[in-house]
Amino acid sequence: MSASQSPGHVEPQSFTFTPENKAEADKLIARYPAGRQQSAVMGLLWLAQRQSGGWLPRAAMEHVAETLGMAPIRVYEVATFYTMYNLKPVGQHHIQLCRTTPCWLRGSDALRETCEKKLGIGLKEVTPDGKFSLIEVECLGACVNAPMLQINDDFYEDLDPKSLEALLDALARGEKPKVGSQIGRQGSAPEGGPTTLLNAGAKAGE
Amino acid sequence: MLRDEDRVFRNLFGTEDWRLAGAKRRGIWDNTKALIERGRDGIVDEIKKSELRGRGGAGFPTGLKWSFMPKQSDGRPSYLVVNADESEPGTCKDRDMLRYDPHVLLEGCLVAGFAMGTTACYIYIRGEFYNEAVNLQIAIDEAYDAGLIGKNACGSGYDYQIYLHRGAGAYICGEETALLESLEGKKGQPRLKPPFPAAVGLYGCPTTVNNVESIAVTPTILRKGAAWWSALGRPKNTGTKVFCISGHVNKPCNVEEEMGIPLKQLIEKYAGGVRGGWDNLLAIIPGGASVPCLPKSICDTVLMDFDSLREVKSGLGTAAVIVMDKSTDIVAAIERLSHFYMHESCGQCTPCREGTGWMWRVMERMVRGDAEVAEIDALLDVTTEVEGHTICALGDAAAWPIQGLIRHFRPEMERRINERRGRQAAAAE
Repeated sequence: MSASQSPGHVEPQSFTFTPENKAEADKLIARYPAGRQQSAVMGLLWLAQRQSGGWLPRAAMEHVAETLGMAPIRVYEVATFYTMYNLKPVGQHHIQLCRTTPCWLRGSDALRETCEKKLGIGLKEVTPDGKFSLIEVECLGACVNAPMLQINDDFYEDLDPKSLEALLDALARGEKPKVGSQIGRQGSAPEGGPTTLLNAGAKAGE
Repeated sequence: MLRDEDRVFRNLFGTEDWRLAGAKRRGIWDNTKALIERGRDGIVDEIKKSELRGRGGAGFPTGLKWSFMPKQSDGRPSYLVVNADESEPGTCKDRDMLRYDPHVLLEGCLVAGFAMGTTACYIYIRGEFYNEAVNLQIAIDEAYDAGLIGKNACGSGYDYQIYLHRGAGAYICGEETALLESLEGKKGQPRLKPPFPAAVGLYGCPTTVNNVESIAVTPTILRKGAAWWSALGRPKNTGTKVFCISGHVNKPCNVEEEMGIPLKQLIEKYAGGVRGGWDNLLAIIPGGASVPCLPKSICDTVLMDFDSLREVKSGLGTAAVIVMDKSTDIVAAIERLSHFYMHESCGQCTPCREGTGWMWRVMERMVRGDAEVAEIDALLDVTTEVEGHTICALGDAAAWPIQGLIRHFRPEMERRINERRGRQAAAAE
């Protein structure tokens, strides 16, 4: 948890789950044996982050601790260990740009420049209108569709500066761009279409 | 060349329906009860005979691993935990199984979970795979509703629960004991072994952690027989494998092929060849970020399996093939990986916490040639001080890419250093 609060970072005084999220939290807790409710901490933090607009205020962590009967420090430990918990406000569209070797080999540096130029922000910054934030992350696990980035829940793959600009423009206009490959590939199949599984749908072993 | 009919993952590219109806058309959940009726020993023996080795990277014999689970319960529950925390750079195979063929995995969980006498299964999926987790949860709900899992699963008389657990961004949670810590709601820091998870795992109970692909292939091996599986590939390196081909190839892709396929053939046949042709190849990382890179001379002939790659001092790992052509700054490519390991070190063991940062800082200078030639040996020395001196294998994984770089590309590192010095000397005159 960073001690210094950046502009726009206002810690709310209190937090409680909405009735919907409380019900969702109960479902998550039920996945684990009785007395092992601590296992649900990651799921509850995630719900709390969603409810708080993409980041985890301290009050939300404390509410999770109370819900699960955990010492707050144990919850802070989890919240600070995993990279998907944002301890400061992020943009409405939180861009996580992959920078690991498979993406880097196929031009992730150019994607970073595109983001920075287009949005006028650097890494770990939020645009003044609160619409976009940008961070670099390590491998997101879509390496045969590199370079790629994740915005909120969705992967956008097979990008180049031009398609990335179009993607950012669409998001800025409030549209919902097509998720996945930006050059029309089918999943992880090679460009141009699958060369195996041409009679897919047949039973395994036939 | 693997025939389509020998492929386990029939919807790898998501061209077909991934939900229950589509899965059933592909033969998944077809009389699963009969597989369970073979009994625990029957299933474990068949998997042992198939010589299936774990698909998560280490290549440990799967049937043998299963046999470590207690034969009789001492009253404690026991667990199968599926490692779907796919995070090894270059690797994106489990993702396709999770989003496009989740029932292949779920059927495997039931059969493997039964074979090990477990009472429940947790699937730990990396947090970034949000949409994949959505699909998987829909598939789990479908399987419960259809009576395939839950009480009296598939009419077998066996009760089995499968639960999904989402991670939240930490590569280290792919390490099995860190994964268990994380599943218990803690920081993902690896545990000392022994005790091994088969004795003391999740919640202190007997647990086996397997990779998605290892579990997902199980029902097909049982249906078609160990003899079919072991006829594919080479002895001790049997069966099929999903390869991920990324980097400087014309058509990056995933493909399920036979173990032991020549690396060159894999790339030329499926990935459209190296950009600019095979002669434009510089080096390949054959098994995900953790294994040492190989120069073209080795890539010309090496086979893609555990033992062949170990013979050339690399490894099959997760079978993530990262291709680099001659335009690549190979030192920078490995520096990126050093940064990755520094970022992902959990900070528990000093050699790894301090070593990964130190190694990255030196690598970062090596990219610019801003070093002494003698520092190459110092760097190599430090990698060996980290390797083998930590609780888990992340320290090793951080060391090996650098060792591979120095082994095969030392002249390039020296050239940069000398060139920079030459420039500085010229500037001083």
